[in-house]
Amino acid sequence: MSENSNGSILKVNNLKTYFQTEDGVVKAVDGITFELKKGETLGIVGESGSGKSVTNLSVMRLIPEPPGKIVDGDIIFDGLDVRRLSIDEVRNIRGKRIAMIFQDPMTSLNPFLKISTQLMEVTRLHLGHTKEQAYQHAIKMLKTVGIPDAENRVDNYPHEFSGGMRQRVMIAMALSCDPELLIADEPTTALDVTIQAQILELIKDLKARMGTSVILITHDLGVVAGMTDKIIVMYAGKVFEQAPTAELFATPANPYTKGLLKSVPDPAHESGTDLYQIPGLPPDVAHLPPGCPFAPRCERAEEICHRDYPPFVQINENHWSLCHFAKEVYAESLKDEATAPETELEMKVDE
Amino acid sequence: MSENGNNLISIQDLKVHYKVGGGLFKETKHVKAVDGVSLDIEKGETLGLVGESGCGKSTLGKAILRLTEPTGGKVLYHGKDLAHLKLSQMREHRKNLQMIFQDPYASLNPRMTVGQIIGEPIKTFGLANGRSVEQKVQDLMETVGLSRRFIKRYPHEFSGGQRQRIGIARALAVDPEFIVADEPISALDVSIQAQIMNLMEKLQAEKNLTYLFISHDLRAIRHVSDRVAVMYLGKIVELADAKEVYKEPLMPYTKALISAVPVPDPKIEAKRERIILKGDVPSPINPPRGCHFHTRCPYMIDDCKRIEPQLVEIKSKHYAACIRINSEKPYVEENAKQGLGAIGAGKPD
Repeated sequence: MSENSNGSILKVNNLKTYFQTEDGVVKAVDGITFELKKGETLGIVGESGSGKSVTNLSVMRLIPEPPGKIVDGDIIFDGLDVRRLSIDEVRNIRGKRIAMIFQDPMTSLNPFLKISTQLMEVTRLHLGHTKEQAYQHAIKMLKTVGIPDAENRVDNYPHEFSGGMRQRVMIAMALSCDPELLIADEPTTALDVTIQAQILELIKDLKARMGTSVILITHDLGVVAGMTDKIIVMYAGKVFEQAPTAELFATPANPYTKGLLKSVPDPAHESGTDLYQIPGLPPDVAHLPPGCPFAPRCERAEEICHRDYPPFVQINENHWSLCHFAKEVYAESLKDEATAPETELEMKVDE
Repeated sequence: MSENGNNLISIQDLKVHYKVGGGLFKETKHVKAVDGVSLDIEKGETLGLVGESGCGKSTLGKAILRLTEPTGGKVLYHGKDLAHLKLSQMREHRKNLQMIFQDPYASLNPRMTVGQIIGEPIKTFGLANGRSVEQKVQDLMETVGLSRRFIKRYPHEFSGGQRQRIGIARALAVDPEFIVADEPISALDVSIQAQIMNLMEKLQAEKNLTYLFISHDLRAIRHVSDRVAVMYLGKIVELADAKEVYKEPLMPYTKALISAVPVPDPKIEAKRERIILKGDVPSPINPPRGCHFHTRCPYMIDDCKRIEPQLVEIKSKHYAACIRINSEKPYVEENAKQGLGAIGAGKPD
């Protein structure tokens, strides 16, 4: 997709965020490393409790402390060492240079304040707008995200907007200061498919126009397939696999990724057949087994998997997998890929 | 719709209207959550019911079971009209008609153990007593893939997927014939969704169950259903075999719904042309006149604002409600190219 990558906007190196709970230490994020180039879109995929949201809250320094704490690692945003910034300096970045969209547009807006007030707050704080400038800017942003009749709607309250419209308002707010990095945490999970398509199209469009880098967090493999340049698959606080999007889908090198891909019912394929299911439950992160955290649910687990922690194997320049048998799994995927028929979507979509 | 002996449940012109507003100086308005739905559910099939939030699909499911009172129409089940039974008579039928709810967190009593939750309907209907209740509960737990050892545990000790299994066990406890599953997998993780779908299919095969599977997730609906009904603002707008609906949707709305579903394959995604619908689902308080979908439809003509389309058989066993198509000319885009106007069944609104 975007090839204007003239350097990295965000580097996360061996990030560890732990939570102190009654149950002991929960290693919500345990040694995550990734790099996001300017203009790129990164997808972070995982089930609940995999640490995908905590990773991004850590980047924004939004981890509630206590019980949480970033115990190790570096977060470098455009040359700035985020972990060592003072809280005032972080506030200058948050909302201005890094913006975030949350899952639930119902609870992320203040129900007592007009949309205009909430949008104006951001630009008055970060861009030093006067009241009038901020008001005009708020209208402009609502237009940008496609709210009809923005001049009048700007003075509405959140409850007067539908879910999809509220999510648009959240995006307008996030983009108000022209951020360099947009973190979208399950931005469409609470929305209907038709509205989801609108919002994803909007993010794509804005990205193309403004060159914003995006981190898209989701549990939906369908959403990341069309939106991202590369993907991180997380499980139990670890990166299980990391690869460019097309490669991850075509030739996964991790049994967990493979299982996830297979367990999504694919409208292009025959129904009535039994859907592949990953057995067992997502792990309790407070009590991880020794060895590979996925081993108890893994089809091809061998003795070594239950005993030793797996290595992070490099498959090629951009493709990594946390598995004792990463190379073998990758080889199988290559073979499957070579023999798989070209998949076509059944429905012809007419112009 | 076709009359045949295989129907377990036959819904005829079912309506659920709620009053909103009103009061001394306010005008009373009606929300037409379900507005004249006719559907036959065949024995042993899974009928998928799909639509956006607010389209009335959950209300329809509840109205069939009288968990919401219908305000009109009939629900025929073994020759009896459930919609007009006395509540005491309805109670007898509840044994055969069960429901699985969306939220496995909210639908289980936190103060009851799993044994009590699953055992309650068994005792209520007097299906077993004393020791044999516990035996039956344990068997049910095994059936849905929960360990017997968990019988004394409370709901909070389980994960979402396990709680959904408890909900399924509770529904199965009375040996029902028909189950309404209202978004049974929406609150679950991807890997767990597959487990629950497979479990429901396995149970259907073993116990010859009939499902009404309500979901907004088209991928799940496609996977589990034999036939699919698409709902929009209180009405069924398309009904056909699951495969057919996906391969050749007739309604512009169904096409848009299907094209909006992201496919987990970057190659397909890159090539795909999406139909992006403008705007949201209109409010059911004041639904648009004529065809409810006309405000968002790319093929809208003036007649759509006046004429209310009827659900008719366009192709064999494929029903749709659109005035721009009929059985001779079933493709709306071709008809639009030829400039054909209102050719389908409908009545002036």
